[in-house]
Amino acid sequence: MRRLFLAATLLALGVTAVLALWVTPPRANQGFDAVRLLYLHVPTAWVAYLAFGVTALASVLWLIPRTRDTAWDLLAGSSAEVGVVFTGLTLIVGSLWGKPTWGTWWEWDARLTTTAILFFLYLGYLALRRTGTTADERGKRCSIAAIIAFVDVPISYLSVTWWQTLHQQGTVFNEQNKVLIDGSMAFTLVLAVVAFTMLYAYLVMERFQLARLEEGREARELAQAIADRVSADQVEVMPA
Amino acid sequence: MVRDALLVAGKDLRIERRSRVALQQIVPFGAIVVMLFAFALDSDRTLLHQAAPGLFWAAILLAVLLAVGRSFSIEEANRARDGLRLSGLDGGSIFLGKAAAVALEMFLLEIIVGIAVVVLYDVSVRGILVLLTSSIAATVGLAATGTVYGVLAGGLRARETLVPLLVLPAVTPVMLGATRSFQAALLGSPSDAWPWVQLLTAFAVLAVTAGTVAFGPLLEEA
Repeated sequence: MRRLFLAATLLALGVTAVLALWVTPPRANQGFDAVRLLYLHVPTAWVAYLAFGVTALASVLWLIPRTRDTAWDLLAGSSAEVGVVFTGLTLIVGSLWGKPTWGTWWEWDARLTTTAILFFLYLGYLALRRTGTTADERGKRCSIAAIIAFVDVPISYLSVTWWQTLHQQGTVFNEQNKVLIDGSMAFTLVLAVVAFTMLYAYLVMERFQLARLEEGREARELAQAIADRVSADQVEVMPA
Repeated sequence: MVRDALLVAGKDLRIERRSRVALQQIVPFGAIVVMLFAFALDSDRTLLHQAAPGLFWAAILLAVLLAVGRSFSIEEANRARDGLRLSGLDGGSIFLGKAAAVALEMFLLEIIVGIAVVVLYDVSVRGILVLLTSSIAATVGLAATGTVYGVLAGGLRARETLVPLLVLPAVTPVMLGATRSFQAALLGSPSDAWPWVQLLTAFAVLAVTAGTVAFGPLLEEA
């Protein structure tokens, strides 16, 4: 089942790559191929938002006593990990696109700045996850941190938008939808989003499975260590 | 609840008054950061004057990290945290008390760093009302956010390094808002500052509410 899903994902990604690289036209009014980065940039950004949404949802489900389950916490962590990677990709690809198009690697645009903040917020979240405590303790701290991070994003977006609108006129940012999107381009973009969503689902499944196994191993090792300790004590006691 | 919060705040402030860590370490830290910025900008007067609002808040933000770290390291010593949990005070009031103590220390720091900025960066003070209201709103927001993350990372081995990573991205709205409203007050027209003061106030309200709700459960098992 999982193999099948992986094969389907790879197929979708492959078709997207072919369409994006050879079939779709270069952007007419810019006359170069940088536009093809769009088919990477939009899906990775979408996956990043999706991933953080899933993290927030899973965290809420962990916090509600009736639905509390370690699985939600592990899902939140797995999804956030994938989300951080895709946020990083979004920033890098966007930067690569920005250099030839805007003439600069980075622009203090509202969307860019908020995405960078998002990246650091969830890096912090992942760092918090790695500080070893019990599963329950980690679940509580991380769920609350994930929800605060999720709420902070709209506020940051708002503040950054104001920051720009008040103090910087005429950014180089050129709205995507000013360009007439060609039929094949629109189709490729939709396919790319679907393919990357499948990739996200696959990666989270794998990561979740791994997290489960890690948890199981820790519990087993602990039980083993306790058993060893107990039998060692018995050996010591017997001669006396 | 208010009475309990005052009790906790009083405890923290009394510790600070006697240990003088805030006065002898955090305030000098803020002052040296102000000087470092001047070195970074080659002590160019016009540049420093222009950038003063942002540099002031950057210095404050760095100092907040120290104040939050301090606020929770006093709970680690002698397992004071357990005492706090056993005191029967509810989490919300402990949060309000600790955040209030941090906020008060920050106000003191802001006054001293503010004087340093005025003297060293050649800033003339105008728009006092805007400066005051935005400082209050920003400080409450910073203290509340810092305190939430302080307890979130409390008791963990990597607390000292984790808190800055968690707090700094979360308070970017405060940094932006406070800088912009100070810019409007000191360099532009003060009436431009009000949207920013609103943002700062909204952030402060949200941070205080979130902290009051979340603090109890977070303190429980750490």
